Amino acid sequence: MIRFEHVVKRYPPGGDALADVSFAIGKGELAMIAGHSGAGKSTLLKLISAIERPTSGTVLVNGQNVGALKRQALPYLRRNLGIVFQDQKLLFDRSVFDNVMLPLALSGFQGREADRRVRAALDKVGLLARERAMPMALSGGEQQKLALARAVVNRPNLLLADEPTAHLDADTAKDVCAILREFHRVGVTLLIASYDATLFADGMTRRLTLQQGRLLS
Amino acid sequence: MKSWLAQHRQALGLALQRLAANRLDTLLAALAVGIALALPAGGQMLLANALQLARNLSATPQISVFMALDAEPKTIVEVENKIRGHAGVAGLRRLPRSETLARMKKNQGLRDVIEALPGNPFPEAFVVTPRDESPAAMEPLRNEFAKLPKVEHVQLDSAWVSRLDALLRLGRIAVWLLAALFGVGLVAITFNTIRLQVLTQRAEIEVSRLLGATDAFIRRPFYYHGALQGISGGLVAWVIVSVAALLLQAPVAEIARLYAFDFSLELPPVIQGLQLLGVAAALGWLGSALSIGRHLGD
Ligand SMILES: Nc1ncnc2c1ncn2[C@@H]1O[C@H](COP(=O)(O)OP(=O)(O)OP(=O)(O)O)[C@@H](O)[C@H]1O
Ligand SMILES: [Mg+2]
Repeated sequence: MIRFEHVVKRYPPGGDALADVSFAIGKGELAMIAGHSGAGKSTLLKLISAIERPTSGTVLVNGQNVGALKRQALPYLRRNLGIVFQDQKLLFDRSVFDNVMLPLALSGFQGREADRRVRAALDKVGLLARERAMPMALSGGEQQKLALARAVVNRPNLLLADEPTAHLDADTAKDVCAILREFHRVGVTLLIASYDATLFADGMTRRLTLQQGRLLS
Repeated sequence: MKSWLAQHRQALGLALQRLAANRLDTLLAALAVGIALALPAGGQMLLANALQLARNLSATPQISVFMALDAEPKTIVEVENKIRGHAGVAGLRRLPRSETLARMKKNQGLRDVIEALPGNPFPEAFVVTPRDESPAAMEPLRNEFAKLPKVEHVQLDSAWVSRLDALLRLGRIAVWLLAALFGVGLVAITFNTIRLQVLTQRAEIEVSRLLGATDAFIRRPFYYHGALQGISGGLVAWVIVSVAALLLQAPVAEIARLYAFDFSLELPPVIQGLQLLGVAAALGWLGSALSIGRHLGD
């Protein structure tokens, strides 16, 4: 499903954020990307969603070379991905409900069926009762769950989660992990970046550990 | 086709939401655009009315030929035949001095004055309709008629009409200049509105892109925003012009009555209002297109 072939990512003028990274992740896996801060975890995820492009090497997603995609093709790639951003990127000027509606709206999906899907996504993360709240009024853990709901509302078969448990207490982190596991259980391929290597100690199908942009084997 | 419509309905809805969310800004922008548009629109209305007036007045440009008071009937007939036979004359109507006197006496104000005068103060007169109504053709006719025996005075009724015509031409150019100027103003106002809107919406734009919004999806609401601002400005302009016209109607009617013109100030027709809205919408659209091109680039 995801394949990296000798991928290098350099942010000019600095050094390499990723250096000669190669790996493959199959359908239905629950993969962890571990590594210290600055190791290149976010960069790796951004290459998959073509937010960044590789300096060299090839990034294949579902057989598609996403590093070479034309700008006009990017929206269609991203709509098929679920992304939880490290900084969440919630919109604070609209309700919980409308935040989750956004991915549907921008693929032209509206109306009762869209409302139903938004509520289903909110239900999965346990935020249905807060649909009218503004994100500002949510706790950190709830905001993280909101980001999750928005990522899955389009029913992606690949979910990229960047530090989904950062800044959460142990119990809330467990909550979030349980939700992620549940997605995995219904067939979503999961790629989770976290500095906390103990996350998903069981159930994980693969761990990729990055160290200063290099993949440890 | 259906999804195309849905997309546009969605963008329109979004634009309306944003306009409603910043009611004060929306109102101020509509006022600014409206006042800017009111000037050329008002000028256009005045011009249209002046044109109407000129058309009424100059329907038949005529030459009035006045004989001397002491002209013999025989001379008068000779002059009449000369003029009637002239190649440049389409028609001639004789105004016998006795009739003129009788007509003038009907006028209450003049009656006393006329009766105080010894004899008939009005000369024998002809009203000549030329074949060619252009001022250039009428001028030589006037000169020719003035040389006929016992002709006291020849008056070109077209003289002031052509002056009015020249003034109207000037007015039209002025209105076009105003329209061009304030059209550019409208584009500039919209450009800036959309620039600010893009800034306000920055987070939403960024997140939307990351979640798979197409460029068109992101741009569309801004186009509608600009067009809607143009339309609301157009409506304001329309209200301003209409109210001004209503206020002016009574005084203009009074002046027309004093000058015995058959004239009343007409409100601009609805079709013109729609045209105004259309042009305003197009300019708003243009302003946002320019702004988006500049502020929403890659
Ligand atoms: N946009 C950028 N411009 C320049 N350098 C960047 C950019 N993004 C990341 N980097 C650099 O690339 C390296 C890898 O960054 P990345 O964000 O991928 O790390 P990370 O593993 O996600 O770290 P963290 O756990 O702190 O999120 C870092 O040294 C970082 O400074
Ligand atoms: Mg990171």
